[in-house]
Amino acid sequence: MGSGDPFGMPVSHSLASGMGGIRTAGDLVARMQLHRKMRLPEAKAFVAAKLGLSPVELSDEVVMRELREELDIGVITSVPGASKALAAKARIGRLLDLKINSVEILKEKMK
Amino acid sequence: MTTIRTRMGDGHAVEMTADEIRSDVVAGTEDAADRGRIPALTEQECDWLVELFCRSDRVVGVDQGHEVVLTDDGSVNALYGAQSSSGVGVPVSREMGIRVYERAFCMDSMEVGHPDYSFKPVRPIVALEQQAMESTLLSTIVPMYYGAMPNLALYARPDGPFPNPADLLPMGKIDEARAAQEEAGEYCFRDMVYVAKKMWEVGADGINFDTTASAGDVEFLATLRAVEQVAGSTGLTIEVGMAAEFVLGMHGKVAYQGTRLAGLYPHEQVKLVEAAGAHVFGPVVNTNTRRSTAWNVSRAATFVKACSEAATIPVHANVGIGVGGVPMCETPPVSMVTRAGVAMVEIGKADGL
Repeated sequence: MGSGDPFGMPVSHSLASGMGGIRTAGDLVARMQLHRKMRLPEAKAFVAAKLGLSPVELSDEVVMRELREELDIGVITSVPGASKALAAKARIGRLLDLKINSVEILKEKMK
Repeated sequence: MTTIRTRMGDGHAVEMTADEIRSDVVAGTEDAADRGRIPALTEQECDWLVELFCRSDRVVGVDQGHEVVLTDDGSVNALYGAQSSSGVGVPVSREMGIRVYERAFCMDSMEVGHPDYSFKPVRPIVALEQQAMESTLLSTIVPMYYGAMPNLALYARPDGPFPNPADLLPMGKIDEARAAQEEAGEYCFRDMVYVAKKMWEVGADGINFDTTASAGDVEFLATLRAVEQVAGSTGLTIEVGMAAEFVLGMHGKVAYQGTRLAGLYPHEQVKLVEAAGAHVFGPVVNTNTRRSTAWNVSRAATFVKACSEAATIPVHANVGIGVGGVPMCETPPVSMVTRAGVAMVEIGKADGL
């Protein structure tokens, strides 16, 4: 993104152009770009197919808030009992057919 | 005649007519086309940018469905740091700051980074950085990079052990300057690989080589070699973000896979970054403070569009202070920050910012 104060950079770009992180499906699309080198349309199409949504719904806060809780992959608000952190990442890895490094290390330690 | 309140590249307000904005948009894209030997924006794309800059909206956004992935550099220095990092001095730890970025600012990915933010100072304290990474991974969901700058200049005197090319070159000692950079580049390469592997060991998702080639072509070569090594020996996702639009030829002769590095522009840089094995490329286009933001954004969008068309990996355009058309000032106006970001997405076809 680039250098700048928090309001000038992350807040401004997040509002104007960002996918919305764990408030929507931003982290899921990011994982497909970062792990599989997918360009944006391909990454969105892949995640949308996995979730049974259209690509535009990936940034729909209402759709994704409900679906994330249903899939138990971590939600933006603090919901007692919902998967957090590593547990959420383990479920995301399973959902997207990805090996997530921190999850794999935990699995190795549990052997 | 009606005028539009817009901004110069240094952030100060300026009143311009629609004709003046159009003239700057056309001049900006023609400058990029001339320097980079790439196509200028089409008439329709120029029209789109003129409309963007003639709008009176304070904040603009991409069309619904066109949202892109955000990656960050500098970690959360801007939250707890001081003025040099655009920091606002909030007394929070890095781990707390990253959670704020994830859960309050809704970033799509994040990174852990040291306040000094260069690989050289990280090497001796890498165990502390590994613990920060482990702790962060235990409390977050978004993909997590470790980020730092190659920063080859830190290896030259007085900060490092090698002769300083900036001292040698004015004395005409060209061969000595080249040799000093080559030696320093080897140590820079080793530090980058060492830190990256340590981060892989503790569970990081990725490594971000940020502000690459700040000291020129040898630094770019060291980074490309590090990318190759890390890609071949770990499962880390690798991002390479550049320091400037043009690779400075501080050495002038170094090449990677047969391509001379000095003088490369973003659409050429990305092909080498891909070849080395990186997953994401962050092109930079510098802001000219003496021209309008319309001129700067048009110019940046032209370079980023050419880069996106050439790339096979995701392109995350840099739109921080002084790059990507964003004004070069400490508190960049959100009117221009959002216009620059939107232009990189809608015209530049960036996969992320």
